[in-house]
Amino acid sequence: MLLAAALVAGVVGGAAPESGTLSPHAAPGAVGTSVPGSERVPAGASPATDRARFAVRIRQPVVPPRVDTGRKDAHGQVVTVACGTCHATSTPRRETRSAAELDEFHQGLQYAHGTLTCLSCHDAANYDQLRLADGRGLPFAETMSLCAQCHGPQFRDYSRGSHGGMTGYWDLSRGPRERNHCVDCHDPHAPRYPQVQPAFPLPPDRGLVAPPEPHHE
Amino acid sequence: MNNPPSIPPADSEHAFGHDTSRRTAFKAVGATLGAAAFAKALAPLTEWAPTLSVDEFLQKHYKELRPEEMAQIIRRLEDETRQRYGADVRIEDIKPSDDVQFAYALNLSICIGCRKCAEACHKENNHDRASQQSYIRVLEMQKGSIDLEKGNAHYDHPVPQKDKFYMPVQCQQCDRPPCVSVCPVEATWKEKDGIVVVDYNWCIGCRYCEAACPYHARRFNWSAPKISATEVNPVQAYLSNRIRPQGVMEKCTFCLHRTRQGRLPACLEACPTGARVFGNLLDPESEIRWVLENKRVFVLKEDVGTRPRFYYFFDE
Repeated sequence: MLLAAALVAGVVGGAAPESGTLSPHAAPGAVGTSVPGSERVPAGASPATDRARFAVRIRQPVVPPRVDTGRKDAHGQVVTVACGTCHATSTPRRETRSAAELDEFHQGLQYAHGTLTCLSCHDAANYDQLRLADGRGLPFAETMSLCAQCHGPQFRDYSRGSHGGMTGYWDLSRGPRERNHCVDCHDPHAPRYPQVQPAFPLPPDRGLVAPPEPHHE
Repeated sequence: MNNPPSIPPADSEHAFGHDTSRRTAFKAVGATLGAAAFAKALAPLTEWAPTLSVDEFLQKHYKELRPEEMAQIIRRLEDETRQRYGADVRIEDIKPSDDVQFAYALNLSICIGCRKCAEACHKENNHDRASQQSYIRVLEMQKGSIDLEKGNAHYDHPVPQKDKFYMPVQCQQCDRPPCVSVCPVEATWKEKDGIVVVDYNWCIGCRYCEAACPYHARRFNWSAPKISATEVNPVQAYLSNRIRPQGVMEKCTFCLHRTRQGRLPACLEACPTGARVFGNLLDPESEIRWVLENKRVFVLKEDVGTRPRFYYFFDE
């Protein structure tokens, strides 16, 4: 439920809130606990929660996802369809583990996520939502709960602010914060964080190279 | 936000105040000789160092400055920045808060060594562009070893490598900072919120602090930083990222011009993986407190007794 609240708050927060556009929330503690999984005690637990708090907004993926059909309409716009458009008429195959096993559709989709099958996470009863391990459906907007089923330690660390990038204010009484969503960094189908070329190569260490000659007039 | 106090007309009686520092004594002599003679006497100084104004030479230690004196100095520095860099900047003197003790923690399990933090520091803190200066040095370390001397700061291949981990090192804001105790002129000190700062206008550039720091966290300005007007970060503080003069030491200040206003440091915002955790040790609900209470944190070179405010940890 906390998660749902956070996601709703995130959507309300808009795409790129400026610090001035979000007003401090009146209910102390309430928004401070909006990070999913937080077990924080609300108002009165500490002096910090007695003050008004700005929101912690979690970046939202565009949900529900739509699939590119590879076609363009008369205006040149890419035609996308909801998952259910095709899957309403096809028979689910429980054993499929990657796009490579398919004769058509989803070709080229990189898959590297353990031994999961497509239907470990996707709901065969309704392809426009996800499926929890116990069989319950889950809206795409709550993807984080799905990830958290298996990645508990990461979810705990995320909830406590020690996993996942963020920007904004450390002091929520003075401004809001924006946090990455799991899928900002981890492609759900191939979640390993990609290798990158490091930025900003360092010059030789000071002390190991001669300083420039002083210029005395 | 703090508005700079209005600037009163220059007064002379304060020159004979309670203290008898070198600089006030200088002023007293100057007053005796008369202003014109005084300026004449100091003329060689301006010839010797064209970038050093008489006002700057006579400037008192940061801790002795009255608010109106600070306001005047800041106005002078802003003018100088406009003249030398063509940039309109706003310099503030932001004081520490009583109810804040800063600390930083870094998760070595999720740092990938991308050096985005070092790059963000470079831009945020108005470092010299050509020399690629930054307060952060990222060491590529062999897994299974924690020997800093074997870390490689000059790696240039895709990261992370399988057998390596990555350790960004910057000022550890020690509670017992050797850099502070070796300074012969008290140009560097630890503020009450835990940040070790430098008064760039009081520093004599002897570099003792650079030698004393076990973390190689201090830098010397061999030359005045060169930055184009459009790249100058105009949000500045006297004790942090204002453009430093030639010949003085500089160091990471936990971005105090940001963090003392409640914002996260630039290096943390730049971190794509969330390896960095920053906050107030006095807030029991803070992220930093959770890390210190629940992760097996360690500090660098604990045996040298510096008591860093910068913690490292692994997830497993």
